Amino acid sequence: MSKPREQWAMNKERLVIIGAGMAATRLVEELVARAPGRYEITLIGEEHALPYNRVLLSSVLAREAALDDVVLKPARWWQDAGVTRIVGRKALCIEPGTQRVTLDGGEALSYSKLVLATGSRAVRLPVEGADLPGVHAFRDLDDVRALGALGAARRRVVTIGGGLLGLEAAYGLAKLGAESTLLHVVDRLMERQLDAEGAALLGRLVEEKGVRVRLGAQTTRIIGRDRVEGVELADGQLIQADAVVFAVGIRPNAELAAEAGLKVERGVVVDDGLMSSDPNIFAIGECAEHRSQCYGLVAPAYEQARVLATRLAGGAAGYEGSVVSTNLKVSGVRVFSAGDYLGGAGASRIICSDSRMGVYRKLVIEGDRLTGAILVGDTSGAQDYLELIRTGADVSAMRNALMFDLPSLKEAA
Amino acid sequence: MLDDMTKTLVEESQTSATGSTGMATRTTCPYCGVGCGVLASFDDNGARIVGDPDHPANFGRLCSKGSALGETLELKGRLLYPMERRSDGALARISWDRALERTAQRFKQIISEHGPDAVAVYLSGQLLTEDYYVANKLMKGFIGSANVDTNSRLCMASTVAGQKRAFGADTVPGCYEDLDVADLVVLVGSNAAWCHPILFQRIMRNKEERGARLIVIDTRRTATAEGADLFLQIAPGMDQALFAGLLIYLARTAAVDAAYIDRFTSGFDAAIRSAKELTPNIAATTALTGLREADVGRFFELFASTERVVTAFSQGVNQSAQGSDKVNAIINCHLATGRIGKPGASPLSLTGQPNAMGGREVGGLANSLAAHMGFDPASIDRVRRFWSAPSVVEHEGLKAVAMFEAIAQGKIKALWVVGTNPAASLPDADRARAAMRKLDFFVVSDNTRSNDTINSGAHLLLPAQAWGEKSGTVTNSERRISRQRAFLPSPGEARPDWSIFSAVARRMGYAGFDFRSAADVFREHAGLSAFENDDARDFDIGALAQLTDADYEELSPTQWPHRAGEAKGRLRFFGDGGFFTPDGRARFVSPKTPSMATQVSKPFPLRLNTGRIRDQWHTMTRTGASPRLGRHLPEPFVDINPADAAEFGVTHQGLARVSTRWGECVLRAHVTEAQPRGHIFAPIHWTDETARQARIGALVAPYVDPISGQPEAKATPAAIAPQAYAREGFLLARKPVAFPRGEWWTRVALAGAVGYRIASDRTDQEWLAFLAEESSTDDMVEFRDEQTRALRVARFDGDRPELFLSLGQTAQPWDASLAIFAENGLAGSQRRALLSGRSEATSDDGPEVCVCFGVGAKKIQAAIQEGCGTTNAIGERLRAGTNCGSCLTEIRSMILSQRRAGGEL
Repeated sequence: MSKPREQWAMNKERLVIIGAGMAATRLVEELVARAPGRYEITLIGEEHALPYNRVLLSSVLAREAALDDVVLKPARWWQDAGVTRIVGRKALCIEPGTQRVTLDGGEALSYSKLVLATGSRAVRLPVEGADLPGVHAFRDLDDVRALGALGAARRRVVTIGGGLLGLEAAYGLAKLGAESTLLHVVDRLMERQLDAEGAALLGRLVEEKGVRVRLGAQTTRIIGRDRVEGVELADGQLIQADAVVFAVGIRPNAELAAEAGLKVERGVVVDDGLMSSDPNIFAIGECAEHRSQCYGLVAPAYEQARVLATRLAGGAAGYEGSVVSTNLKVSGVRVFSAGDYLGGAGASRIICSDSRMGVYRKLVIEGDRLTGAILVGDTSGAQDYLELIRTGADVSAMRNALMFDLPSLKEAA
Repeated sequence: MLDDMTKTLVEESQTSATGSTGMATRTTCPYCGVGCGVLASFDDNGARIVGDPDHPANFGRLCSKGSALGETLELKGRLLYPMERRSDGALARISWDRALERTAQRFKQIISEHGPDAVAVYLSGQLLTEDYYVANKLMKGFIGSANVDTNSRLCMASTVAGQKRAFGADTVPGCYEDLDVADLVVLVGSNAAWCHPILFQRIMRNKEERGARLIVIDTRRTATAEGADLFLQIAPGMDQALFAGLLIYLARTAAVDAAYIDRFTSGFDAAIRSAKELTPNIAATTALTGLREADVGRFFELFASTERVVTAFSQGVNQSAQGSDKVNAIINCHLATGRIGKPGASPLSLTGQPNAMGGREVGGLANSLAAHMGFDPASIDRVRRFWSAPSVVEHEGLKAVAMFEAIAQGKIKALWVVGTNPAASLPDADRARAAMRKLDFFVVSDNTRSNDTINSGAHLLLPAQAWGEKSGTVTNSERRISRQRAFLPSPGEARPDWSIFSAVARRMGYAGFDFRSAADVFREHAGLSAFENDDARDFDIGALAQLTDADYEELSPTQWPHRAGEAKGRLRFFGDGGFFTPDGRARFVSPKTPSMATQVSKPFPLRLNTGRIRDQWHTMTRTGASPRLGRHLPEPFVDINPADAAEFGVTHQGLARVSTRWGECVLRAHVTEAQPRGHIFAPIHWTDETARQARIGALVAPYVDPISGQPEAKATPAAIAPQAYAREGFLLARKPVAFPRGEWWTRVALAGAVGYRIASDRTDQEWLAFLAEESSTDDMVEFRDEQTRALRVARFDGDRPELFLSLGQTAQPWDASLAIFAENGLAGSQRRALLSGRSEATSDDGPEVCVCFGVGAKKIQAAIQEGCGTTNAIGERLRAGTNCGSCLTEIRSMILSQRRAGGEL
């Protein structure tokens, strides 16, 4: 059973968390539930706002969610949890030897355990004009406000990057009234989640929502004297634009860890215990690199938070990586992708499509196991498929039913 | 006589007859030779068909096929106006005037250049007597050729020959009532349970109510055999040996009627001598027939000891190169015992077509002149005078197989095919088809725009009225003449066949064809039958020669002869002699040593038997339109014994290639103990219209009985091998589609859809391209499984599914898909429900057993398990088997096998 609370109070450990996003919030939540009061927790965040749900920013942009909806936990909750929040401040350096973190005001915090949850930042293409006024990212609340204003003013906005985030930004802008164009350098949208057929259908559906999609469009230059006036493509075409949104990828915020001498590849390298190369420093979320994998999605961050919380609470747990799934949040255009969505040489595919209704569903099976899925238009069963992919259950006996009526689908109905 | 079910039908039909829809029309069924009476009515809600309770053939009952007649009346595919083949091969509409003129001119021209025997007419047992009469008169009296033959040649010519030899005339001695009052019924080469269900029901009722015994002699353990007290699974071609053995046994046990033999027959001693050489004793009979001695002994003993015995026979006897001898071997035993033309005692031929008998009466066969008269000088003279005909033919013409051989050799240059499909039904049908392509002039009168024969290069198509539209008479297997009456409007420009023949005759310049009505024709036909008859000829309906039009309209079913001055027709012949031979005595005819026209060999080690199935009739032009009838056996198939299947690598429900020297087919293999080792069986019904590679006629050897000219259609040497396709499945469509070459398919009528069973080597891409071509839109839903190679594609026209294809590694069931396909408004995810191959709404009932009430095998099995131990109990619970009764044997054997499984037997 748990130790009496007074005992912990006598020798409370100091837990410092750098980053105040979704991973950090989930970690605190899990930890407080498991070991209330065991740690004296300090949270350091650059944004002033309460930690919010970044995933919902697309919905906020599209006016499908309100700003209030995105706040993860109210201020009161943080107080009750006994967390010290340091807002609008930046951690400048970590000294692993002395177990101290220095903030941008010069103030230093000592820690028993340090968790890096610094997240990632949007990549900007290294092209001429990428730093002109009018070039945006789509990453935080400020971006949402800026893009919202562009939409409301019915501006011409070019979004560069046809991945999940770019699609959501372009859709949100179009919905608000902007003349929204989406440029993608590859010949199909969401190529890391969709096959050609699914991507083609997605393109059609997004265009039906008012987004002009241009594939194979390589941006060579952003034109403008004082601010953005247009985008020039490799084929010489010029697209007039009042603003540009970069959604070409993210980069883990791992500089702090690197400067502290921690092992960093793309992200902060952690083991199955989410521990970095320093035994008192941990990393979770988009800044972490686990088994050579950096995740850009919230689900792995949450899984990592749960594992780390368990360990910090004195329990045993290990993180073995996540089977990721993607959900596009564009109203009326449902997209789900998980696992090995293309399927290798040994895999076989089950495909079901209804072009007029905008439905494309593909399941990838290797041996006796479901290894991947793409669902466009109709994502019913997505969680069941994800579960089958995660557990690696033998699906050979239900192969014929797999597409249409999974037992669990029926039970849910 | 009426049972409850019949009463119900009677009550129902009376309701209808007195309703606002008007009176029901009394007519007869267009299928087999039983000639059941039908009450038909037609209004905005469609056709209503019930059995005629007053008709003496069926007393209100109808079989599965007759019951479904209402589903076969649509005009889809009908030939509605005359058409002519243009130089580009396409058929174009022309006027009747042009069509008749052209037919008359081309016939005249060819006759003038090459003589009358350069033309031929090939008729059908589905024509009415009046049609037959005018065709026969035109050819034999005016054109002057006896090249008039009919598809009845393939069906019952051996019976005609056998009866003529024994009786001096083609006389059916007995009647149906004999089946009700016999104490022993012997069925030889007849699957009556499927092919003559109403007569079989009469036999079974006699069994149940009077304790009559039933012996079935067949090479196959058929549904009929299931109902027998004794089943003799005889070696093919050995019927003569069995009946020769019986004759010896009858003589030895003094079971013969010496007085009858003495007074009314000749040739008995010679027949005994000949039979003794073949089968001196039971052991010899056993050796030849392959039967068990105990079974043979029991058959002989029962036959010998039962005075009232009917031997009824059908195609197993007739369709043989020794069919005439087989008929005579049977008749010999009835003559020897005097059991002929007496209540419950007679030989009885079961005919296969509604009016094969009428054709025989008219003389619409190459080896008869007219009205049961032959080519003797007196008859020729008599017919010439009656018709005032200038050029009555004086010699026999060419019988069916020989006729098409003469066409192949270019001797016959003009052919008129009427109401039949010889390119499917003749033996060596591919050769017949090729022969027709060589004709200088080829005209077809039919109901349909497309069949194998029409597509063999017919130059001219003449639209004939179909059943329900035409009016006239037919004769059934017991010599009973019944009216077929119209109850439907005549569609398009269709005309009665008698009127088409008459019009061509008039345009050829012949007098005596000014018939105003079918009644007009009938009176002349009746007049000829009585002309200078004086009881010398069996066929005499002189009493009907003076019928007024109103009398004819009201004519009740009547048996012939019905001589002038007699109040009614005669029930039986020959009970007290009176044969039509010159000396008035019946002849015993000794059969030759049994042998087949062909031998099996290493490349063709099996024998192919052909025949009918329960729910289809002939080439399916009518039954093929009924969804109900398509359910029992939807695909062309081949029955094969398990040992043969194992030897040749054929699997149950797999596809198999059956080949003979003459052709090949691809059929679904049914592995069954009912089929004897060394013999396979395939149905005759499928044509190029309804399947790819299932036209069985193309496989059949063209060897005929030397006397009757009937082909040996049941014993062609054949080979069988598995035929593998990458995938099987089905296509549901709204209208017929044109399949790419090389695909195996068969078409099935479904409610609200045309169904195709498919076997295919094509890729997904090829199929998708095909569907795109057949579809009016590009709106489709699709399902593919790369591993199982499942492909399911539905194409929509709005919310209505237009095409649905389902392919997989094994045959795909379609019941659930059909239920969804039948919906007209499918939206949202319902569109994809079609792809799932499942439907919550439809429960899989198993294969349809009772077609009348749509009861499946699973339901019946469940009822048996719940304690229904008799067919009556099943009938009470599920209604199954209570209408036509065709399925009772199947239900009975299901009860038996369940009892066996339960250890009760």
